[in-house]
Amino acid sequence: MTGAKPMTTRHTLAATGMHLAYGAREVVSNLDIAIPPGKLTVIVGANACGKSTMLRGLARLLTPTHGTVLLDGKSIHAMSTREVATILGVLPQSPTAPESIVVADLVGRGRYPHQGWFRRWTAEDDAAVAEALAATDTLELADRPVDELSGGQRQRVWIAMALAQKTDFLLLDEPTTFLDINHQVEVLDLLTDLMRGGRTVVVVLHDLNLACRYADHIVAMKAGRLVAEGRPVEVVTEELVRDVFSMDSRVVVDPVSQTPMIVPIGRHHAQARVEV
Amino acid sequence: MTTLAEASGISAIRQSLAARRRRVTILLLAALLAAIAASLYLGDYPVAPDAIVRSLLSPLTGEINRGVDFIVLNVRLPRTTLAILTGVAFGLSGAIFQTLLRNPLASPDIIGISHGASAAAVICMLVFGITGLGVSMGALAGAMLTAFAIYALAWRGGVTPYRVVLVGIAIAAIMGAVISYLFTRARLQEAQEALAWLVGSLNAANLNDILPLAGALVVLVPATVYLVRSLDVLQLGDDAAIALGNRVEPTKLALIVVAVAHAAFATAAAGPVAFVAFVAGPIARALLAGAGGGFLQSALVGAIVMLGSDMVAQHALPATQLPVGVVTGIFGAGFLLWFLASANRQGRGG
Repeated sequence: MTGAKPMTTRHTLAATGMHLAYGAREVVSNLDIAIPPGKLTVIVGANACGKSTMLRGLARLLTPTHGTVLLDGKSIHAMSTREVATILGVLPQSPTAPESIVVADLVGRGRYPHQGWFRRWTAEDDAAVAEALAATDTLELADRPVDELSGGQRQRVWIAMALAQKTDFLLLDEPTTFLDINHQVEVLDLLTDLMRGGRTVVVVLHDLNLACRYADHIVAMKAGRLVAEGRPVEVVTEELVRDVFSMDSRVVVDPVSQTPMIVPIGRHHAQARVEV
Repeated sequence: MTTLAEASGISAIRQSLAARRRRVTILLLAALLAAIAASLYLGDYPVAPDAIVRSLLSPLTGEINRGVDFIVLNVRLPRTTLAILTGVAFGLSGAIFQTLLRNPLASPDIIGISHGASAAAVICMLVFGITGLGVSMGALAGAMLTAFAIYALAWRGGVTPYRVVLVGIAIAAIMGAVISYLFTRARLQEAQEALAWLVGSLNAANLNDILPLAGALVVLVPATVYLVRSLDVLQLGDDAAIALGNRVEPTKLALIVVAVAHAAFATAAAGPVAFVAFVAGPIARALLAGAGGGFLQSALVGAIVMLGSDMVAQHALPATQLPVGVVTGIFGAGFLLWFLASANRQGRGG
């Protein structure tokens, strides 16, 4: 659908029989998933369905109690975490910016896995930071303190930090939460650009309509299990929405993108629809 | 590729941040040198500056001037040296804790490490009748044990900053209670001695205080230099640090061990001098104003605060030498009030 990408090696990410738990509470059960390379995959589901937890599992931020996460066919937990960090970039849900840090400095932290005790800052690092800022349209913010940015600008700066890591995979946990609708679209457009530039993007989203519009591949979860996955036009139906969100809806065609658009019904407006 | 970095000014921004760090470091070094000079010069027995320099160089030149050498080399220099070393150790300890726990209140003198050292020292003095080096060793053990207890109690499959701070404050209260209890049972003479230790003092500083701390710093300072690079990413939160390839839990444990050791050895040498660890990091960060770094600068601020406070303690009141902890306590309390007020104004609330 999206065609071949100009990427020399194509990394793969998958989980088999993955169980994830916080303490004794199991949140994700026996999950099998293979992330389609070179595409934008969106994970959706109701609150507390385990979608963020699954992403944390795939990103090795959480160790499975059973099962394995495979990066290029190797167990991700058997690899050195720094080696993983050169292949797989992650933007967690709520990272904290140190007080009064400058944008260029924060984005530069993304170069950490490429540096070591003997290999400090180089021109290549500067170039990676500049490219990341250019890609997220934040170059003109480079010398501003992060504290002073708007929510949308800040989110783009955090994405720039993950981009400076120069990884094939980019995993983002609800990057549009707390953003105004225009900034949400801005961030998702950016993720699409990054995917078209050759990256594999996996993102957890709240908004089902934006998910349907931007996803090449949508993954729906319910109570820690995978309910459906595939192209949004093929899998998103009124039945699926009822199953995943316990809500009646009508699924129509998005007039802008021709993708499925979910219109919730609720208790008060069902009658009105008939009258029209 | 390089052209984009140059054209967009990324290299220039990074260089200007580095230049600001350098300027702050040079300023602090100059202030420290001035403080060292003043601390060697000031005193009841007047010694001319050139005589001080000659005396300092006497181990090299072989020139002997008994009276001046005694004042400079045996009285003032040990005290100055101990002030610098304890200041550096407290400054680094506080800066590491505050950065790692992402909380400016999380310095060892607030989250119970100093209180643990104090309780152990008071137990040594009042229960076992130990004095001198034994008290220092007890303080060291107390700080280490307390830190271990805080870490263990805060552990829930990893340690979160907030839990460490809360558990630490609780431990500080418990240790305070232990100290108060022991005082109620002590004889007056013993209680006075113990109290003097608790305030923290550089009076009668000698090689027995300096050498263990200097030896510890020979190991701890390189370890700190090696470990603080990890704080660049640990500051962003545990998940972000793992994502960037940091081995978070072992690194945090190593940082905590190093930070506790700094505070423990400094406390063993000079007593739990209040607030030096607490103020060093915030002052350094305020001077740097977002230019990054901060550990070298915190160490320098710690040394300057310690040395400056000790000079005030020695010379502020005629014919009376205050313990340095009284001065740092007053200075630190004032700083805390200012800090809370300004944090509230900015809506961050410490």
